[in-house]
Amino acid sequence: MIWYIGRRLLQMIPVFLGATLLIYLLAFYAGGDPIQAIMGDKPLSPAVQEQLRAQYNLDKPVLVQWLIFIGNVVTGNLGVGFNGRPIVDQILAAFPVTIKLAIIAVIVETVLGITAGVLAGLKKGSIYDTGLLLVSLIVIAVPTFVIGFVAQFFLGVKFQIFPVNVGRDPSWFNLLLPGFVLGIVSFAYVLRLTRTSVAEVATADHVRTATAKGLSRGGVTMKHILRNSLIPVVTYIGADLGALMGGAIVTENIFNIRGIGSLLYDAIQKSESPMIVAIVTIMVMIFLVANLVVDLLYAALDPRIRYAK
Amino acid sequence: MQIRRRSLILGSGAAGASALALAACGSGGSGSGGGASSSGDAVVFVNNTEPENPLIPTNTSELGGGDVLNACFSCLLAYAADGSSENEVAKSIESEDAQNWTITLEEGWKFSDGTPVTAKSFVDAWNFGALTTNAQRAQSFFEPIEGFADVSAKEPTAETMSGLAVVDDHTFTVRLNSPQSDFPSRLGYWAFAPLPESAFEDIEAFGELPVSNGPYKVESWTHDSEIVCVPNPEYTGPRPAKNAGITFVVYADEETAYNDLASGSLDVIGGIPSSALSTFEDELGERAINQPAAILQFITIPQYDPNFQGEAGALRRKAFSRAIDRAQICEAIFFGTRVPATDFTSTSIEGGGATDIPGSEVLQFDAAEAKSLWEQAEAISPFQGELTLSYNADGPNKDWVEAVCNSVTNSIGVTAVPTPYPAFGAYKEQIAAREITGPFRSSWVADYPSVFNFLFPLYASASADGNGSNDGQFKNEEFDRLLAEGQQATDPAEALAKWKDAQAVLMENLPSVPLWYQNTMGGHSEAVSDVKFSWNGGLLFPDIVKG
Repeated sequence: MIWYIGRRLLQMIPVFLGATLLIYLLAFYAGGDPIQAIMGDKPLSPAVQEQLRAQYNLDKPVLVQWLIFIGNVVTGNLGVGFNGRPIVDQILAAFPVTIKLAIIAVIVETVLGITAGVLAGLKKGSIYDTGLLLVSLIVIAVPTFVIGFVAQFFLGVKFQIFPVNVGRDPSWFNLLLPGFVLGIVSFAYVLRLTRTSVAEVATADHVRTATAKGLSRGGVTMKHILRNSLIPVVTYIGADLGALMGGAIVTENIFNIRGIGSLLYDAIQKSESPMIVAIVTIMVMIFLVANLVVDLLYAALDPRIRYAK
Repeated sequence: MQIRRRSLILGSGAAGASALALAACGSGGSGSGGGASSSGDAVVFVNNTEPENPLIPTNTSELGGGDVLNACFSCLLAYAADGSSENEVAKSIESEDAQNWTITLEEGWKFSDGTPVTAKSFVDAWNFGALTTNAQRAQSFFEPIEGFADVSAKEPTAETMSGLAVVDDHTFTVRLNSPQSDFPSRLGYWAFAPLPESAFEDIEAFGELPVSNGPYKVESWTHDSEIVCVPNPEYTGPRPAKNAGITFVVYADEETAYNDLASGSLDVIGGIPSSALSTFEDELGERAINQPAAILQFITIPQYDPNFQGEAGALRRKAFSRAIDRAQICEAIFFGTRVPATDFTSTSIEGGGATDIPGSEVLQFDAAEAKSLWEQAEAISPFQGELTLSYNADGPNKDWVEAVCNSVTNSIGVTAVPTPYPAFGAYKEQIAAREITGPFRSSWVADYPSVFNFLFPLYASASADGNGSNDGQFKNEEFDRLLAEGQQATDPAEALAKWKDAQAVLMENLPSVPLWYQNTMGGHSEAVSDVKFSWNGGLLFPDIVKG
């Protein structure tokens, strides 16, 4: 087990290097000249351009820029962004907000999704089941930004239950609606996965045996059905973290949340490579760690699974 | 989507919307706010974008920071809503020959830290902005001043400009490289604001919390969230704040700001999301603002494109211009928030928006004439390759570019192909390298209210070859001569007449095809009144009344 975790952590180093290089190259070649983007229609004098290029290392070959970036990561100082503020400070200010948002979204998708999925799976074919399937179908079919704007308009502008914009006060309450919007698509998938899996396991031999032994209905559901149904769901949730972070870009912009998503969006617009790479790399790392946790959860859910040394 | 960076980027193009977006503002849900109400009136919440640079006047070239600077700094002049200007810190700005200027300051002006505003405050600030090693974004604004070449070289040979001299505490002189009769008109731009001595001791701290001499001062700046400005107790000038302060709330998306205006937690927005363009005037009624700004959208046709050179090229330029149904596109795509152009400048400045420039019929839509002109050109030399119209797709350009292409295709019978570039940076890079072929989208926001500011940077020979924004490489001696003659004229009317003649040269040669004037759009809540935009799309903050 320890060996397994250690090996997985070591594997992250090449993934980290590869991901940063790849993203660096993408940002470098796709974004165009950041100085041109900074200038807009009014050119800066060539001397000032040169000064800025030197300041942000843009005058060096892309691989050298990347090596400087890696060096900066090791020392923990990513330098100053195009807006004159330290990149690390900007990320540290934005991260807690996005984490809060993600926690709300994950709770929505796991707690609500699994609960609704189990209920639907146990009563397959009932009105309740059909209704949930219909709702989830709609949610999956409608893009997140539409759900976001509609929710913002009705719950924020019309009925004024939630704030229209989160802006300066990212409290848990203010993030509730955006978090819900962020998690709702995944909620629909989790619901469907759980439902199918529960419906399948519910007819398995061991469940019939357990019921025949006289176990309570709740006991059978929790210990014998749910636990065995969760492996595909947990796999999905791990992979879904990546989608959540991508969705955060859209959701954060709609609700004016100054988190990682909007920071990344701004940086992409400005071709600000160090910022883009730093944020995406952090996302990659979170993704890797989350999937490691998922792999470890397999053993907890199904004791037959063992990890190789 | 939004676009921030009106930096000049503007554009409907540009990077988006930034440009014009003049930022949005909004306040948080509750309307709590920085200074709470004092003295009976209340704090006004205005939307904004996060300033792209520290709040240093000479280092700001976009409206996110510019709005804050406008509220907090007083320059020699102040611009009014109609594009006129009046002296603010200056008592007089005089010259006999339009080249040697003597500027006298009113006495008694103070910065928010209590130190006096002197001639040195201006001279030091301008020298700071012009010096290359300070890498200030607005460096090029000091270009007319003698000695600029020395301080702006890659390796500066001087630290200060020889054309600036302090005479006494309240007088300084400016010697220009050449006569510029419109020189004073630029002195209301924030880049020409005075700086206190403390700024030079720690410019970084200053950029976070500037000490200023205007109607407001910055009380706090919470990055990516809000900038709280309160009335400056030291301010005694002509435009005192009529509200208890301005809180700039940073919005990432104009859509959110617009919704916040509807929900009542925001007072003023300086931009309308494109989704609301067709409806905002109905929804806001009298509270909607839709007025001309000094922004022109146009299509540059580069001189180096062989298809548009020589006699055939001249005919094709005219054919292209006459093939575009500007009025219909303004109505159908922009819902009347843009106005078909009749000249190369803007209606919001004095002498701009003229309808009687000789040759200006080339800007009128006439499909039959366009087709005939194009066919004449084909008879001289056939068009090579594909007729393209390039634009950056990260701004709100796609719809109108396709409409223009359709209009051209329908009129002259040659397929015009919209050619998107994914990112503004890459687009500008191609333009700067002169590697873009065929017509391409451009836009221009004036920095100061003068016709000259539209003509010189975009079409003068001195602005070509990477020294300005003459991206089409237009070079015409007669045009250059008329521009210079206008600058030497000491009578403003004479200057305008010369520049009108210069525009006639442009009509004949069409280095670019003007499309439409872009309006400033915005709106306000029922809680506030007297919301006005200046000629350049900036809000006149001190006049806003709340409660």
